[in-house]
Amino acid sequence: MEQPLTRHIKKDGSWLTLKEYEAVGGYQGLKKALTLTPAEVTKTVTDAGLKGRGGAGFPTGSKWSTVPMGPDAPAIKYFIANADEMEPGSFKDRLLLEGNPHQLIEGLLIGAWAIQARFSFIFLRWAYHQAAKAIAECIREAYEAGYLGAHIAGSDFHLDLSLHTSVGRYICGEETALLNALEGKRANPRSKPPYPTVHGLFGKPTIVNNVETLCNVPLILTGGADWFIKLSKTGEGGTKLYGASGRVKKPGLWELPLGTALREILEEHAGGMKDGYRFKGVLPGGGSTDFLTDEHLDTPMDYKSVSAAGSRLGTGTLIVLDDKTCPVGMVRNLEQFFARESCGWCTPCREGLPWTTKLLDSLEKGTGKMEDLDILTFQTHYMAPGNTFCALAPGAMEPLQSALKLFKADFDRHIHEHKCPWNNHG
Amino acid sequence: MTTENILTTAEISAIREIYRHFPQKSAACIEGLKIIQRQRRWVSDEAIRGLAEILEMSPAAIDSVATYYSLIFRRPVGRNVILLCNSVSCWIMGCDQIAACVKKQLAVDYGETTTDDRYTLLTIPCLGTCDHAPAMIINEDLHRDLTAENIGPILQQYQ
Repeated sequence: MEQPLTRHIKKDGSWLTLKEYEAVGGYQGLKKALTLTPAEVTKTVTDAGLKGRGGAGFPTGSKWSTVPMGPDAPAIKYFIANADEMEPGSFKDRLLLEGNPHQLIEGLLIGAWAIQARFSFIFLRWAYHQAAKAIAECIREAYEAGYLGAHIAGSDFHLDLSLHTSVGRYICGEETALLNALEGKRANPRSKPPYPTVHGLFGKPTIVNNVETLCNVPLILTGGADWFIKLSKTGEGGTKLYGASGRVKKPGLWELPLGTALREILEEHAGGMKDGYRFKGVLPGGGSTDFLTDEHLDTPMDYKSVSAAGSRLGTGTLIVLDDKTCPVGMVRNLEQFFARESCGWCTPCREGLPWTTKLLDSLEKGTGKMEDLDILTFQTHYMAPGNTFCALAPGAMEPLQSALKLFKADFDRHIHEHKCPWNNHG
Repeated sequence: MTTENILTTAEISAIREIYRHFPQKSAACIEGLKIIQRQRRWVSDEAIRGLAEILEMSPAAIDSVATYYSLIFRRPVGRNVILLCNSVSCWIMGCDQIAACVKKQLAVDYGETTTDDRYTLLTIPCLGTCDHAPAMIINEDLHRDLTAENIGPILQQYQ
């Protein structure tokens, strides 16, 4: 099994130096890209089928192709790596950021060439201190070696790259909120359209891509689109970093072919449930995805199949619910998170999430009523896609709407027994 | 009071160095707040006014940014800031029990500082280390696989 994204990452926790990265073929993708036109680079990425690995799953090549190009396009464009990993239960970008920042820098360079960007940022969450150290040192090395700055690798291409470390707030991971944060403002998401690809950072065309997405780009340039598609099991292209947390035997992170079955990840790689615990459900791609249960275990973990099963691939990191953990309590924890992290700009999110949290709280305390379940269902419609500027509230509703259906009997028990039947989490 | 009386020369030149790279001075607002907090542990009203003067913004505009971000502290914090993850994977793995241990041992609740100014206890969104839950950060150090047993010795490392 090929693991092109992670196979060079060292086990001792140190990152690959420039010399080490070059020794395993590093920056060859960039050199290849510079022999192609920007349009050819974008086409290669489009042909490879690469989709965003940050959660939304938007095709990367399509995104790049909407940036204005040619002599009439703005002279200044920006290319940004979204390293604000904060989705509950997601811990995949951390490995790439701590283990091999040069791979990310190379991906940024290729993307910047494809859209002819002049400036680039890595937007990193505050908490990733080890990654900050690694990235800063790799940026320094890349400048010194002529991979950043003017006349990159002897070409007429110029790119400056800076590291921005953020100061908290989950919403900064939303791409338009991220742009506001980079401009020094409150990170409220912007209304779309206009899309950032046309009107982004400081009003200039801007691409924002997730870390894992960008780390795939050098591989596509060196290996080619056909090779990349063949890496996946179901034709969507590439490998995927899958993870599992919760009460499984071996929580962890694995690079596997995109489309690996949920069952294989859960039972083989994560080792199945810990002794004394039974599987009850799983959020397949972080906190803002719908629960899946037993009947979905044979679902291939790719974009299309997980959607068909009623959820989303999201970040590809499983959060496993066991039989000794209260599903209502778990959803309450998620909604508390989203309520706290809401920027408060749109009414449904600002008012709806605290309301939702209160209702779940009363269920957990044993004071919930049957009509509360109707109000919770109402909230899932009220905060559905289309009613808010960004995806925070719709994402927050995904675990709730699926829990209300899949674990209906457990919600009912909280009401009939006037207490949380698990009562293991205060 | 003039700007020079509020922020140090070093802080002011660091902030100027940042906005030089941006199309507008206000873009250095968050970086400016970070520079101030690095020196002083938190950002006072006086420091907000000092930054406002340098960036040619109103103090209210700066404060609206400062109060938005959870890791800019508008109140004094202790010498060591504990950021305990209470997101979903850590919750499943028992972060409530860890929080109860910390609160009991330090006699503080979330958002509070110990009377000796040694610790401030706060929460933080998912730390991205869910395969080693429960987890927390103290200052800049990540601590993982927390248990009721190991939490005490970890806290003791911080003076």
